[in-house]
Amino acid sequence: MLALRNIRKIYGEGAAQVSALAGVNVDVAEGEFVAIMGASGSGKSTCMNILGCLDRPTSGSFSFHGVEIATLDNDARALFRRNYLGFVFQGFNLLARTTSIENVELPLIYRGMARAERHREAARALAAVGLEGRENHTPGELSGGQQQRVAIARAIVTNPKVLLADEPTGNLDSARSHDIMRLLQNLNREQGLTILMVTHEPDMAKYCSRQIIFSDGRILDDIRAAA
Amino acid sequence: MLWESFKLALRTIRRNVLRSFLTLLGIVIGVGAVIALVTLGQGANDKVKADLSKLGSNMLIARPGSSQPGPPSGGDSRSFSTRDVEALKAGLRDVRGVAPTSNKQVKVVYGTASLDVTVTGTEVDYFTVQDWTVLTGNAFTESDSRSGTNVCLIGATLVRDLLPGVEPLGEVIRVGAMPCTIVGTLGAKGQSAFGSDQDNTVVMPLHTFMRRIAGNTKISSIAVSANSAEVLPAVQATMTDILRETRRVPDTGDDDFSVRDLTQIASTMASTTSLMTGLLGAVAAVSLLVGGIGIMNIMLVSVAERTREIGIRLAIGALASQVLTQFLVEAVVLCLLGGLIGIALGLGLAWGGALLLQVPFNVNAGVVAIAFGFSGLIGLIFGFFPARRAAQLDPIEALRHE
Repeated sequence: MLALRNIRKIYGEGAAQVSALAGVNVDVAEGEFVAIMGASGSGKSTCMNILGCLDRPTSGSFSFHGVEIATLDNDARALFRRNYLGFVFQGFNLLARTTSIENVELPLIYRGMARAERHREAARALAAVGLEGRENHTPGELSGGQQQRVAIARAIVTNPKVLLADEPTGNLDSARSHDIMRLLQNLNREQGLTILMVTHEPDMAKYCSRQIIFSDGRILDDIRAAA
Repeated sequence: MLWESFKLALRTIRRNVLRSFLTLLGIVIGVGAVIALVTLGQGANDKVKADLSKLGSNMLIARPGSSQPGPPSGGDSRSFSTRDVEALKAGLRDVRGVAPTSNKQVKVVYGTASLDVTVTGTEVDYFTVQDWTVLTGNAFTESDSRSGTNVCLIGATLVRDLLPGVEPLGEVIRVGAMPCTIVGTLGAKGQSAFGSDQDNTVVMPLHTFMRRIAGNTKISSIAVSANSAEVLPAVQATMTDILRETRRVPDTGDDDFSVRDLTQIASTMASTTSLMTGLLGAVAAVSLLVGGIGIMNIMLVSVAERTREIGIRLAIGALASQVLTQFLVEAVVLCLLGGLIGIALGLGLAWGGALLLQVPFNVNAGVVAIAFGFSGLIGLIFGFFPARRAAQLDPIEALRHE
């Protein structure tokens, strides 16, 4: 479904040039749960940003179902994000002083969905992450694990093809981290959601069906867990 | 989407009430000043116009004495005579009436009450020329005028103060030494443009006035009402020619009288007020501009503060144009709010000012609508640059922003 071909990303100019990605080739099939691992500076976050259409590669091709994405303009990439991708961040990135359900409704507002339907969909997504009854809590009133669940609900409310998670457990303690991983694993297994997750914790990567390990801007290893 | 942006804008403003209010102050003061000044100016103008209509329409007044600048010619100017009046009546065309008048301040007594009143001796045309309405009874007649009978009409002030609770028609008042029968009462005119009470008046036939009140045959002014504003200059010229002839002014000499167009004086006053209103309005517009810059400043701060939020919105699928709309709507809503407060403030000030200056308080709905629309426009103009900056943020940079 996702295909990266010879992706390079170079930051800076001239002598100060830093090559973050030096020719990466990856294929991700529908329904995979991929852990992207590597030391910091290995290029895993850059790769994630390119996959998430938040950044453009310096060269190479990135296609989704055979459609070239790398060369799209900003608005087309925003539409691509809106229609096919869901994002979960390390820092949760919920809107402060805004209730859970309003946070989850946000992507639907940009899709122009009617109010009643929006509300129903958001409530459904919150229920799917186990947060019934917390619809009207603001992030400040929720624990870290609960905030991340709201963020996951916000990411899946649009029924995306791919969920991109950037160190989703990085700010959580061990117990909460395992809760979140089990939630993601459920979404992957029961709804067939393709998930790409950046992490540096091998414990978390164990939940995934595949581990891609980056080093110095290249893929060092690509391990598929036995099913 | 627009409605969502609107709700979001209201919420953002509510969260920063004090900051929003301080930001708005420029707009509030600007709009308030414009509304107050324009409303007051309008009131002043309306007052001048009302005074103007009370003077009588298309009226020319001839008075003895030169209108030329320079040292006074010395001694009393020669007043008009009956001959001048007859010549004008015979010679003037396109006029509704010619009314010679003479005035004197006289004590008027009824029973135990007395009042100092301007007594006017004149002819029947006076009521037409000066736009007086006869409220009850009748104006005196041509024959009263000729024979000089002791009849008079009284103004509203006398009805109120001298004969309270009395039916004035047929009552006899003493004007100076002369008893005089009231045959009619005049409709109220209120204050003149020059501040005197026009209703404190007794009007009687000119002959009666000359014989019994003034004791001479001097005519202090001749008022003429032209048929229309168009013929006014021609009538004015003819009047001057006729009076020069009857008063035997040498061809090379200056007029020893003046013929003035009162409406001209009043409209000059009106245009002066509008000029003042315009100038003060321009000053207020400058404060609106300053207010707009304040809005731009605070919107830039807001964009900087909410960089992360913008990043989140962009990541979850907001188009750059949607982010632009959101911040633009916020600026416009902020300005419209300022406009509303400003309008309320301005109308309040104008109301107080109108009360103080004794001018009518007439709200000009058009000006209010324009002020409201203009404050929205300021939001649009000064909100655009910050909104574009928000829309052009790079999602990754924005998300990393702390």
